[in-house]
Amino acid sequence: MATGLDPAQGLSLRAPGRPLRAARLRVSGLFWRHPWAKALLLLAPPLLAFALVYLAALVALFVSSFWSVNPFTTEIQHIWNLGNYRTLWDSSAYRTIALRTIGIAAVVTLTDALLAFPLGYFMARIASGRSRAFIFVAVLLPLWSSYLIRVYIWRLILDNDGVLNWTLRKVGLPAPNIGYSNWAVWLIFAYVWLPFMVLPVYGALERIPESFVEASRDLGASGLTTFRRVILPLALPGVIAGSIFTFSLTLGDYVTPLLAGGASSQFIGNVVYESVGISNNVPFAAAFAAVPLAVMGVYLLIARRMGAFEAM
Amino acid sequence: MEQRSTRIALATWSALVVLFLWIPLALIMIYAFNKSNVQSWPIAGFTTHWFHVAWSSTDVRSALWLSVRVALVATATAILLGSAAAFAVARFAFFGREAVSFLLVLPIALPGIVTGMALNSFFIAGHITVSMWTIVIGHATFCVVIVYNNVLARLRRSSASLLEASQDLGADGLQTFRFVVWPVLSTALVAGGLLAFALSFDEVVVTFFTAGAQNTLPLLIFGYIRLGQQLPVVNAIAFAMILLTVIPVVLAQRLMRDTGVLRRGATAAVVTK
Repeated sequence: MATGLDPAQGLSLRAPGRPLRAARLRVSGLFWRHPWAKALLLLAPPLLAFALVYLAALVALFVSSFWSVNPFTTEIQHIWNLGNYRTLWDSSAYRTIALRTIGIAAVVTLTDALLAFPLGYFMARIASGRSRAFIFVAVLLPLWSSYLIRVYIWRLILDNDGVLNWTLRKVGLPAPNIGYSNWAVWLIFAYVWLPFMVLPVYGALERIPESFVEASRDLGASGLTTFRRVILPLALPGVIAGSIFTFSLTLGDYVTPLLAGGASSQFIGNVVYESVGISNNVPFAAAFAAVPLAVMGVYLLIARRMGAFEAM
Repeated sequence: MEQRSTRIALATWSALVVLFLWIPLALIMIYAFNKSNVQSWPIAGFTTHWFHVAWSSTDVRSALWLSVRVALVATATAILLGSAAAFAVARFAFFGREAVSFLLVLPIALPGIVTGMALNSFFIAGHITVSMWTIVIGHATFCVVIVYNNVLARLRRSSASLLEASQDLGADGLQTFRFVVWPVLSTALVAGGLLAFALSFDEVVVTFFTAGAQNTLPLLIFGYIRLGQQLPVVNAIAFAMILLTVIPVVLAQRLMRDTGVLRRGATAAVVTK
């Protein structure tokens, strides 16, 4: 029989001449009687891999941030000290870089929320099925297309001889010349991470039952009050879920500031990148990378309390 | 129902945002055919010369080959680990089940330099020399969650009573898997695998910290752009890469239409990039 459920094989564990099948049934029975064995067997490989590599790596990051580098031999000295953190704390240059990184990450997140919310609202509550599907794919494709390429194309657009200046000059407006500046960094981050915000916001708005809105209107609330007191609070977890990605991805980036930023666009990531790639000071890089780790730790705790994880 | 003026305003806004997303992608398609090697607008003329140059470059070819190998191995690893975790979470209740999703999403929810630096410190502390395998380890770490989300979403939509029915009818575990689980699961695995491949193939922020002196295709392009070299070749590769990522995503989208898990960010219960 095509399905393999030949009744002649029966349910007998001692089917003659079928030792293989008998063994398979015995194993199946074992797992059926001891479901925890199966759960363990399934869970152990991914959890062990994550513990042995990823969690161990995070520990290694933390530990090596307390080490230092011998300035003459550039070898790592395994002597615990707070020197890296003291350097970070005492230096106004590093403080400026940290604040710039966190500040731009926050502004990018806000920009994306403002761009995404009306779009998500339109998709969830106004657009017809076909245009909703169209917009969904139109948002999804840029999300998965090459990040590096999308940064690069903006570098060409914002260049002094680029599309933006050319277009504005054509219509008689002054050329903004925002290439290689913090404006460019802000704009590009907002562009590349926008889909990360649109999708959870749309998801949250889509899950609001129409009956809630009707009930609010029946109780005499105006459209604006309904939006403010019903829709917005229910959509907020979606916005926060999106903000985890826009904020975190900006916080941990060095490619965009390096390729499209100016002299004062250094991010934490750029210092880390140079410490590893050029000056070979891994302990210092680890200490500076601990800053966005701590920021994201706090952010994730807050996001979790606000129910963002269910909206992801 | 919203007022007419509100609806028009929202429709206009949405159209503008979609244009904002797509105009740059359309522009790179045009730049790929730029005759000049000066990248100014408007482009100087039309040529397909740079595709030929890109394709015959040995640097590009070896970087492409490394990227493909890394993405294949990382995707295979992610499929094994991600679907195992998804099965455990979907089928069993156990202490700390929510923590599994959280743990798996961490590599993409934490900033790229954190994951990158962590792996870098780990390799140095463990005296592991960089090779293709260190890149694979990094990529597999953040690809697992992509497969996990796709498979979990699919499993949650299929009833566990189907498995019991299969066993009641006398099927052993292997047969149940072959005839009941696999038909439900296969498209989710393919979709998850395609997305994991796309993510790995494209990654640059973490890869730098795990690659040493090796060049994956994104690292090669990153170097070219940073130094302002070979920009016409970069344009041609960009053209190809945009097209190449469109194909797996469109396929995956068709395969996972019912669950809508392609939201790369939607990951704890899902996501994501």
